[in-house]
Amino acid sequence: MSAVEILQAFAPELVLFLGALVLLALDMAWRRLGEGKEATILSLAVAFVILSLLLLLGFGKASALPIWGMLASDQFAFFFKGLALIGTGLVLLSSYRYLEGHTPYRGEFYAFLLLVTLAIMLVVGAVNLLMLYLAFEFLSLTSYILVGYLREEGKSSEAAIKYFLYGVTASAMMLYGISLLYGVTGTLDLVKIGPALASSGAGSWLAFPAIVLLLAGFGFKIALVPFHQWSPDTYEGAPTPVTAFLSVGPKAAGFAVLARVFITALSRFQPEWVSVLAGISMVTMTLGNLVALRQENIKRMLAYSSIAHAGYILIGLVCLVSGVTSNFTGLNGVLIYLLAYLFTNLGAFAVVIAVERATGSNRIADYAGLVKREPLLAGAMIVFLLSLIGIPGTGGFVGKFFVFGAAIQVQFYVLALVGVINSVISAFYYLNVVRHMFFLRGEEKPIAVELTLKWVIVASLIAVFVIGLYPHPFISLGTKAVQILGVAF
Amino acid sequence: MGFPILSIITFTPAIGALIILFFPKEKVNLIRRFAIAVSLIPLALSAYLWFAYNQTEGGMQFVERHIWIPAINVWYHVGVDGISVPMVFLTSLLSTLGYFYSAYTIHERVKEYYFLFLLLQTGMYGVFVALDFVLFYVFWEVGLVPMYLLIGVWGGANREYAAIKFFLYTLAGSVFMLLAILGIYFTTGSFDILKAAEVHPFADNFTLASLAFWAFFVAFAIKVPSFPFHTWLPDAHTEAPTAGSVILAGILLKLGCYGLLRIVLPIFPEPFRFYAPIVAALGLISIVYGAFVCMAQWDLKRLIAYSSVAHMGYVVLGIAAAAASLNFNHPAFKESAAIALNGATMQMFNHGIITGGLFFLVGMIYERAHTRDLKVFGGLGAKLPYYYGVVMVTGLASLGLPGLAGFWGEFLVFRGAFHIIPYITAFGVLGVVATAGYILWKVVQFMFLGPFNQEKWGHLTDMEAFEKVTMWPLLLFMVGLGFYPAPLLNIINTATTALMGKL
Repeated sequence: MSAVEILQAFAPELVLFLGALVLLALDMAWRRLGEGKEATILSLAVAFVILSLLLLLGFGKASALPIWGMLASDQFAFFFKGLALIGTGLVLLSSYRYLEGHTPYRGEFYAFLLLVTLAIMLVVGAVNLLMLYLAFEFLSLTSYILVGYLREEGKSSEAAIKYFLYGVTASAMMLYGISLLYGVTGTLDLVKIGPALASSGAGSWLAFPAIVLLLAGFGFKIALVPFHQWSPDTYEGAPTPVTAFLSVGPKAAGFAVLARVFITALSRFQPEWVSVLAGISMVTMTLGNLVALRQENIKRMLAYSSIAHAGYILIGLVCLVSGVTSNFTGLNGVLIYLLAYLFTNLGAFAVVIAVERATGSNRIADYAGLVKREPLLAGAMIVFLLSLIGIPGTGGFVGKFFVFGAAIQVQFYVLALVGVINSVISAFYYLNVVRHMFFLRGEEKPIAVELTLKWVIVASLIAVFVIGLYPHPFISLGTKAVQILGVAF
Repeated sequence: MGFPILSIITFTPAIGALIILFFPKEKVNLIRRFAIAVSLIPLALSAYLWFAYNQTEGGMQFVERHIWIPAINVWYHVGVDGISVPMVFLTSLLSTLGYFYSAYTIHERVKEYYFLFLLLQTGMYGVFVALDFVLFYVFWEVGLVPMYLLIGVWGGANREYAAIKFFLYTLAGSVFMLLAILGIYFTTGSFDILKAAEVHPFADNFTLASLAFWAFFVAFAIKVPSFPFHTWLPDAHTEAPTAGSVILAGILLKLGCYGLLRIVLPIFPEPFRFYAPIVAALGLISIVYGAFVCMAQWDLKRLIAYSSVAHMGYVVLGIAAAAASLNFNHPAFKESAAIALNGATMQMFNHGIITGGLFFLVGMIYERAHTRDLKVFGGLGAKLPYYYGVVMVTGLASLGLPGLAGFWGEFLVFRGAFHIIPYITAFGVLGVVATAGYILWKVVQFMFLGPFNQEKWGHLTDMEAFEKVTMWPLLLFMVGLGFYPAPLLNIINTATTALMGKL
């Protein structure tokens, strides 16, 4: 690969990095931001994200060859990079003026959001275990900082500490898993690990511990049971835009890595990891949904709901199909689900942010009578919640349709059954929010919604409907993106 | 490609709903008039549909077929046959009457009310015209949300509980249906309902076929609702606002029956034949149990609600008899099966008209007396003669008096089913007796006869003009179809004989 090619393939990441540096420098120059300055920083940050997205669309698929054997810019990475950038754009807009009154240090917040996105883009492209580990740590460190950003507030610090303690443990376990694989095969290159494992006699009995250890690291980011314990406290304590980001960005990155590593490097042990993942999937969705039933804080509820959704998404990976002429390859379901979930969840969190800024509360009880206070918020929220349940017409349905479809196709009926029963259970707590918003009476004072938040809500709303009603382009996108991993056709 | 009449019928209400969003919410009269005006378009078109449907040709007509999701072979495929045409018309009629009646009785959150109602209307049409499983499923679920909100916001005292119960029951049923739909897709490679009826998926694997059969059956039986899946119904119907109850009983229940006719019977004849005794028994229990539970009700609205369980039992019984007829080879059984199906479908239509009317009538007395407790009424016959008359006609139609519409459905179901499953059917006749019992004894006697409490009910007034206008079309159908059921029976017969011919 020539230097120009490398530069092109790496351009989206470079732009983000540059953007983060520019924002940090500006922030230092303008200590204690005024309102006008925060708007400038935000616009700049969004501009960098859009520029990065444009470069990604232009050059993102420039070469299939990994850069220095470390970073791939293939279709699969392209999909997840796009996902991360769109998600970051929406989160940036939701964050505008959120930190006012919480902390005077607001400029770096945007810079860190760009950095954490950069980390995700590196993680999803990594095809070498060393690169993967470093990118993963980069992602974790920037996430810890963002979670604990509200230094003055105890909950935020508690959230960061918990996230950090669980995170380092999970990282250590993952590193141990990597070292096992390296010890057996003598290579860190994902593509070479597969054949090396096949030829090494010791491979088979070491593979299982390696799978479990790697899973600890990936599962932590995704919040799979039993690596999920950090998430409710972290989701509750973190600044809400960060919670929104955590629920989609690192989760998607975790799935990308899980799929890439397991399919590329450990495909020979597919029966082993499929059985482990199938069990984890069922436990994850059931536990997430059952505990969510009892939550009174909407951020905690969405935290458990996001655990449950991780369980549904995992079905797609469990029910992986290769070599069949079908559009239900399991893995494409994972991608479509994540895409729909991105807009649904970011939209829901935008509503949560709007309500939190008006009422100062995240209690579900304080959503009473929301439809009278601001119909847009209540109307949008009901659509997002229905999408989370998986009602047809919304993006959430399309995601569920593809993962459950994959399960039926490979005749994992029990998994599909547990999945749909869980969807019914989840309807109960999602509709509890609807009940408060529409059926109950509460305070009637109108809520003023920040313009940027309105943009996020309306954009997410449109996206949820478009994916739900005209899913064809998104299905094609997801199906194409997974071909690189040798899945389908 | 002709005039897309079905799409226009289906989507006009949804477009109207979107337009209503842009109306200022203070202009309630404008919103009301607009909603009624919008609903007149599908009403006119679905009346036209009935005449324009070519009965000699039969089969699916007014078909529209466009690719929707090419990646997985999902089509926007709609069409109507002799079963769906009356259902589409029923939907139009009851919706328009519901909007009209609500214009005088709903005063809170009018904009949202009509928005949801119009969306619901689109969802109901969609189910009756969809010929693609995904499309069918989308419409099936789309109707769920507005109804949930209608019960929850405008319902009675216990509305929150009733709303969530309604939602969870229906959702629980339909998710299994979704899995069965996916299963059919992976065996036939398409989501086409008509194609599935030709190839009979899982024909070589009885276990899977049974699973798929029960998945569909439970989804539809919950909606019908058939015993033992009926427990959501009394709550939902009792708590819903009047027009909501009318739509629930008049149309939403028919979605379940329609599913049995359109999907379960044609696509899974083999398992249905095998399980027909169980289904017939469920139908029988619904008839008898429903009728006896009605006898024990003191809340008028709850009584009418339970009567729906009983009346829908006839539909289930008729369909089960048709499935059981596949055990026999003689053509006479085919004929009886078609008769039973005719009865079931007529019962669906007539029950919509009659019970829709009864719920309107319950709403009218509740608006005046603010109670539905049968024990506190008495002697209203002299005070409210017009109302008394209308209740009598509707009530007698409900109990199946010959000369009124309700008779034909029950009669044909019994005529058809008795030939095929005589013992079960014979017990079903008990239900007819019990129905006469609760209509005459509970409703008529407790409300209209006996001593009149002047002090308490002296202020009651008889039906107002808008209430009469609401009831007239329904009465017209009850009497008209009672004396001359041929227009309805003929069109239904084209579809049922074709259906039985293919099995």
